Amino acid sequence: MNNWNKQIADMLADGTVALVIGYEEGSTPQKTRPLFCHDAVAAERLVMDGRCTHNLAVYLTKKELLPAEGRIGVVATVNVLKSALQLMQENQIPEGRFLLMAVGPEGKLTELPDAESLRQYIAAHPLPDNPEVAALIEKIDAMSREERWAYWQECLSKCVKCYACRAACPLCYCTRCIVEDNRPQWILPWASTLPNIEWQINRVMHMAGRCTGCGACYAACPLHLPIHLLTKKLTQEINREFGTERPAKGNVLSTFSPDDKENFIH
Amino acid sequence: MKNYQIKHSDLDGWLEKIIAAGRRVIAPVTEEGHTDFRPIHSPAEVAADDQVQTIQSAKQAAFPKAETLFSYRKEGTAVSLDQPAPESYLQTVVWRARPCDAAGFTPLSAIFNWDYKDNLYNARLARTTLVAFSCQQADAYCFCTSVGGGPGEKKGCDILVTKLPSGKALVEVCTEKGEALAALAPGLFSEANAVADDSPLFAEKQSALAQLPARFSKEDIRRHLAEAFDSPVWREQSERCLGCGACAFVCPTCACFDIQEDPHGSHGRRIRCWDSCAFALFTQHTSGHNPRPSQATRWRQRILHKFSYMPERLDATGCTGCGRCSRACPVDMNLLEHLTSIAQK
Amino acid sequence: MDENKAAFEPRIIAFVCNWCTYAGADLTGTSRIKYATNVEIVRFPCTGRIDFMLLLKAFAAGADGIIVSGCHPNDCHYTSGNFHARRRWIVFRGLLDFLGIDVRRIHYYWVSAAEGAKWAEVVNQTVAEIRELGPYTEYKKVANYIEETEAAHE
Repeated sequence: MNNWNKQIADMLADGTVALVIGYEEGSTPQKTRPLFCHDAVAAERLVMDGRCTHNLAVYLTKKELLPAEGRIGVVATVNVLKSALQLMQENQIPEGRFLLMAVGPEGKLTELPDAESLRQYIAAHPLPDNPEVAALIEKIDAMSREERWAYWQECLSKCVKCYACRAACPLCYCTRCIVEDNRPQWILPWASTLPNIEWQINRVMHMAGRCTGCGACYAACPLHLPIHLLTKKLTQEINREFGTERPAKGNVLSTFSPDDKENFIH
Repeated sequence: MKNYQIKHSDLDGWLEKIIAAGRRVIAPVTEEGHTDFRPIHSPAEVAADDQVQTIQSAKQAAFPKAETLFSYRKEGTAVSLDQPAPESYLQTVVWRARPCDAAGFTPLSAIFNWDYKDNLYNARLARTTLVAFSCQQADAYCFCTSVGGGPGEKKGCDILVTKLPSGKALVEVCTEKGEALAALAPGLFSEANAVADDSPLFAEKQSALAQLPARFSKEDIRRHLAEAFDSPVWREQSERCLGCGACAFVCPTCACFDIQEDPHGSHGRRIRCWDSCAFALFTQHTSGHNPRPSQATRWRQRILHKFSYMPERLDATGCTGCGRCSRACPVDMNLLEHLTSIAQK
Repeated sequence: MDENKAAFEPRIIAFVCNWCTYAGADLTGTSRIKYATNVEIVRFPCTGRIDFMLLLKAFAAGADGIIVSGCHPNDCHYTSGNFHARRRWIVFRGLLDFLGIDVRRIHYYWVSAAEGAKWAEVVNQTVAEIRELGPYTEYKKVANYIEETEAAHE
């Protein structure tokens, strides 16, 4: 057992935390999966390495899974930390309820008990941009408008509306999603080309300036549709138009500046 | 029904004839490294036969993700209804399905003909010919042999093709629909190529199949499930479940659907589309009460429905062991693993 | 302009705010200024209340072009609704363009309650530009499309 597994087992044993969410070995050696540890014995199964890609922050807003009392530990990747911080900024999870922990290269456990420590850790551990994603966006940008329409039409016609993209996203925490609104039926609920495009536009617009770029939506899509390109592109646009700084409370679209510039309103 | 032999190299020629005969053909196609069923117009589009499974099952041929039940128009006081004529559905061939795809249509048909005979489903299925290819490989998620199927099982197939190491393929024709398809290429399936039931080719077939020992039995699972309703196992297994519909939508036997309106003032249509018991909204009442209030209860429903309720009511198991749900699951909910643990309790 | 384009009457939906552009359009009428009749106006309390989905719904329902118009910056009846709207349209426009939706068909204006003449001008100009682009058939084509139903009747 790793030293950090032992530390977490001790925390569970002495009641420092009531539950620890982390990763365990998956069905095949290539993958890991989320694990809920309720006791010290289960903590032995925890792993942390490059295969841990699920964004565990998605569980932090699911009250039915969390014990009513006590702190909840999370063995987190940087992507999980970023989403957890965003959830705190959006007042979705209280500081202090969760004990986020990062595992360093030598198996050193770093406790990140509050938003400020999260901010510092994230700043000190920047994630590299995925060059494949950037290249795909460039490829689509270089297409003519008609080609882009054909590309997305073909791509999104395949969507089956399983909503795995929504379910896997830590920031899609609405208890009633806009697709479930039926007075009026705002987004057509069946899976065909236009309703699928409308759904993705809504998903992405609601992510504007909030998306942390973890790619969980794409990883979850059973059809491997490149829907993360939409959120990534939107983030690029927002960075260009409004800068990379995000408001500490609220988000890009719930705030404004009288100096916002555009060239299309006459 | 007859059995034939065909050369591997003639399979494309046969497919060509099927396409030329005006059939809509759905076959595995590889795009960006992922293989799924797509409509094709030439044998060249078909993916290399080296993968275990397509992402989605073949059920879409008879039960599409969205379809129009009827459309209506109101003019003055007169209302006219327009129902799609089943005869207008295209004759469809599913090329290179797997035996577990074919097996899926048995429980699916049982559901769609339980009390009400679903005309649309039945009409589509009547116009669908399944050309299944025996499995020569299996992966960590496959468990057809545990639920009564097998890598070379004919049940539900119209035609079962088994590629043999000798360069020949054994073609077992199981239905009239299958015979009609073989008849499209008389040169490739001559009487001379007919194969007797006791031919050595059948022994060769056994040797060409994937090896997949059974891990549990349907009866074991059912016996355990009979007492498992209040078991903590549902919560334990489902903690990481995200509540998406990926498992249901790729499943060859999941038949849940929603019925939706598409109104445009004085005209509109009614649409049937896939739905999933994993969604919280699936059982939500208008009052706000939800009889399946947690993901654990929804996961329990999924397992009990497939392995307990369906065998009880329809004499069919709602699982063919294809493993698609486990491959598609974003959080690695592994059905084989979960069932094995239930069977061992 | 060729004959087909001259014969094509674009259908334009205008989403306007109550306080500036709607009043401006009223003024156009009371000033007896003639302008193109292709526009159907939908009045909102404020441009800040115009959901981006309404634009997509308009296209799906058969619009060939869209006008979105409200108070000039700093003139919003609710102080900042148009500033919020402006941000939304900046972000939305980028996304639509990336998806290949024809953003040339969405025209944004600031038209105040005093600018009756400007309203006539912007409508005429929008109609002329959309007439030149032709009907938005590529969007209408997918609007009612259900793969299986279509496949059955190919």
